[in-house]
Amino acid sequence: MLDRILSAQHTIEQACEEVGREITIMEVCGTHTVSIFRSGIRSILPASLKLLSGPGCPVCVTDQGYIDAVLELAQRDDCIIATYGDMIRVPGQAGSLETCGSKANVQVVLSSTDALQLAREHPDKTVVFVAVGFETTAPATAVAVKEAAAEGIENFCILGGHKLVLPAMRALLGGMNDRVDAFLCPGHVSVIIGSGAFAEIVTDYGRPCVVAGFEPVQIIESLADICRQLADGKAELKSMYGAVVTEKGNTAAQTIIAECFEPADGYWRGLGKIDKSTLVLREPYRHFDAFARFGLEDRPGEPIPGCRCGEVLCGLIEPRQCALFGEGCTPEKPIGPCMVSSEGTCAAWYKYGRRS
Amino acid sequence: MANNEPERILLAHGGGGQLTHQLIQRHILPQLENETLSRLGDSAQLDLSSSSLCFTTDSYVVKPLFFNGGDIGKLAVCGTVNDLGVAGARPVALTLALIIEAGLELEILEKILESIGRTARQAGVSIVTGDTKTVESGSADRLFINTAGIGVRLAGVNPGLEQIAPGDKIFVNGTIGDHGMTIISQREGIGFESQLQSDCAALAGLTCQLFENVPGIKFMRDATRGGLAAVLNEMVEAGRFGVEIRERDLPINPAVQAAADMLGFDVLNIANEGKFVAVVSPEAAEKCLSICRDHDLGREAAVIGEVVAASEVPLVELHTKIGGRRIVQMPYGRELPRIC
Amino acid sequence: MCLAIPARIVELEADKAMVDAMGNRFKAKTTLLPDAKLGDVVLVHAGFAISLVDEEEAKKTWELFAEIENFEKTQNKLSG
Repeated sequence: MLDRILSAQHTIEQACEEVGREITIMEVCGTHTVSIFRSGIRSILPASLKLLSGPGCPVCVTDQGYIDAVLELAQRDDCIIATYGDMIRVPGQAGSLETCGSKANVQVVLSSTDALQLAREHPDKTVVFVAVGFETTAPATAVAVKEAAAEGIENFCILGGHKLVLPAMRALLGGMNDRVDAFLCPGHVSVIIGSGAFAEIVTDYGRPCVVAGFEPVQIIESLADICRQLADGKAELKSMYGAVVTEKGNTAAQTIIAECFEPADGYWRGLGKIDKSTLVLREPYRHFDAFARFGLEDRPGEPIPGCRCGEVLCGLIEPRQCALFGEGCTPEKPIGPCMVSSEGTCAAWYKYGRRS
Repeated sequence: MANNEPERILLAHGGGGQLTHQLIQRHILPQLENETLSRLGDSAQLDLSSSSLCFTTDSYVVKPLFFNGGDIGKLAVCGTVNDLGVAGARPVALTLALIIEAGLELEILEKILESIGRTARQAGVSIVTGDTKTVESGSADRLFINTAGIGVRLAGVNPGLEQIAPGDKIFVNGTIGDHGMTIISQREGIGFESQLQSDCAALAGLTCQLFENVPGIKFMRDATRGGLAAVLNEMVEAGRFGVEIRERDLPINPAVQAAADMLGFDVLNIANEGKFVAVVSPEAAEKCLSICRDHDLGREAAVIGEVVAASEVPLVELHTKIGGRRIVQMPYGRELPRIC
Repeated sequence: MCLAIPARIVELEADKAMVDAMGNRFKAKTTLLPDAKLGDVVLVHAGFAISLVDEEEAKKTWELFAEIENFEKTQNKLSG
């Protein structure tokens, strides 16, 4: 592996020199941000290559209002909140699931079907599944909803928070941050939607898009390809994750998403309202929607004073440019989700980057 | 077990009367057989060869009570023995305090006591005094144990953070992350089948051998909660020096790595119960490794890094497999499985 | 946003599978991969198999996967 890495490093250095100016590549996916930091790739890239973290941390882009809704439900005696571990420490106005919930009614699950099983085991409570994640995770939620429908399980519902990657990328390029030169595209989202889905970014915006896996070798080889494309004045779509990504994606997963969900306008932290960017349950599954069931409004939350998570998520600033970074906002006492989510940009910077 | 004995622990077992007496005589003493304990005095009387002593305590609340490679009883002995061992002492005696939730099956308690006795004998320590309390059902999670340990300091051995200097080598006595991942694999909700084993073991035999045969061992700490990352960060906290470790040199069982990858955990943050981190002068490293590798509990010992000069901020830095660098932070204290 | 690792299907009944990653066995569902078969290596995310993985590609892609061959050989030796 080492020779592949050295070769890619060499390609990057050479290409960056040829380009001659600062290059900005956005990693759309939060897991890429963490992988990049953990593997120390940043420390071996030339200074002229800037890696920006984008809105790919589903927990981070989940609006404050959604988190407050989860916390509200966590206070109820008749509910069990079933959630992936990622959400446990994300702060809302009144605390987090970690501080607000009790052992009895907040359960960490590894899978949506585990959440459904909780509903079977606790017929006296309503299990609310915290359904966050992008297209990689949405099919899992859909399967659980379908199963619940088929079995007539009434005490199960989802607090829908699934988001779509492409509308966010378009919103970024269309307004928020059009300085991005290229995209490192999310590997596992691509497994579901297919690498071909990113073609529109290439044709409509002329940005190179490379789908990458998460091992350091794959990431650095993908960066090398992007740099090479930029040096050659090209803008192409490539997949460097052939082991699992196909052009068309996982059609069974796409079908099940379409069966249970439909795109709707939604609020993203930092990006505001983006058209057709979130997934809401469609008939005949609407009654599994927790917002409707509990009469909660899916609205944007109050902005947190001083918190610049939104700008970080758009790649407009680096974490260290936020005044709260490391001063008042730390992984132990996070103010915004970018610091608490395991793949939040700020957390990754704080944990793995140099602090000075 | 006698036929007329209750199958489960009752509150009365902690009442100091008949049932307590029965519990001690029939179930506790036979497993921990030694002269001092049998006297059942209010205090154990000890005659130690020196007044230069080490003294430590730990409480054990692990769940599940039994796991691959050990149980709460074995842990309670090893953990305290190890705290004495890494401080440069030869463990002599332990206390044993049990807090039992009413309703715990007597059979379970028996098994744990048997394990405590066996582990103590193997580690060469005696349980010289103890206490048994019971609490109402719901007030404790089946069983909590506290052990305190006393040991005699080895002559001329005085490990401490203040001795560490840039250039010193850092080594571990084997693979990291085994215990924590094993526990997680058997936990409700995120359990999974595996062949993982806890590395729970009494290290005092090995630590004494090292201290007695190698001058230049500056510091040792067992890498329990928070894993290797916690120990290394504790070391640099005072800001006198920094630490650099190499990812390629970390001994990690691939099965442990795979399990951690599956759940999104960082092996550096995962608990160990049979591993220590040692800082030694460069000249001493070779001999330390050799002694470890000759010992059952140190076969995969490895030098993982060095002490370096202090920087602006106390730092533990990892040289990654691909030749990059990144910081190892103090773990939060709770690893959560993630999908993202 | 997507922690997923390759694992081999070692048990399969309808869409309920047991996958093995270096001796660690996790439950996974193959609802999203109706063509998955016993013995296939799949990518698992949040309890679901989301893609088949070609083994040769897997060895090139995941450093840990390269060790799986050795691991599985040892297992076979042990079980005779």
